[in-house]
Amino acid sequence: MTTATLPRPTALPFDPLAQAIADVEGIQETRPDETLEQPTRTKELVIVNWSGDLDKVWPVLILSSTAAASGLTCKVFVTFWGLLPFVKDQKRIVGENWMQKMLTFMQRPGIDHLKLSKMNFLGMGPWMMGRLRRKYRIASPRELLEAATAMGVEFIPCQMTMDMFGLKREDLIDEMGEPAGAATAIEIMTEADASLFI
Amino acid sequence: MTIQIAQQLDARGLSCPMPIVKTAQAIRAIASGDLIEVLATDPGSVKDFAAWSRTTGHELVEQTQDGGVFRFVLRRK
Repeated sequence: MTTATLPRPTALPFDPLAQAIADVEGIQETRPDETLEQPTRTKELVIVNWSGDLDKVWPVLILSSTAAASGLTCKVFVTFWGLLPFVKDQKRIVGENWMQKMLTFMQRPGIDHLKLSKMNFLGMGPWMMGRLRRKYRIASPRELLEAATAMGVEFIPCQMTMDMFGLKREDLIDEMGEPAGAATAIEIMTEADASLFI
Repeated sequence: MTIQIAQQLDARGLSCPMPIVKTAQAIRAIASGDLIEVLATDPGSVKDFAAWSRTTGHELVEQTQDGGVFRFVLRRK
């Protein structure tokens, strides 16, 4: 028996609608051979690190280092307040004009000088957090940042934030990637399997 | 049959995510098909090692508990 079949779009790997139509029409839908080796693409996580607060940068570093440890490609777009923790340790006040200098005078940059978003209490909060962290042997943001960069997490600084804060490439830690803008952020977020804004 | 462990990792006392991060780094040192044994005390690591095994494809061969110490044996993909 021959059946006239109209050319229909075949969806890959499996389209429930096409299958439903095929079921009704009684036509065998061509299904991809599941035993065939599918070209594997590594999953990708993108995080936008917007905040410079200890209690936000910390989870960003936990998730990014764990993503890299889980074999994912992980990119972190670092913008606004989120950029200050990635300034080199020895830099105390950065910027070119008094407003920019004032900014880092008020908020000391560097991964070891993060403040809490709540219960900061003039540094008492982070100090107690540090005590608790050591007591329970929780990895510090610095340790996690080192693990993350060692495992290939790509940290991308926002060029516009660098301009606004008066930060030069050499002010940032050496592990930072090439500065980029919003269009890059959009591209990597839409290409990724999951993206977070923290 | 006894299983041959190629590498051991002591992650006792460490908190999330370090047992996983250290395992990921250590498993690179062994050959594909070889086994790594990890000791951890983080109760969250029970769920985490199972999830990590599914994500990475490294098979979780064995999992035991002795008091508060969790032991995981994983085979490198």
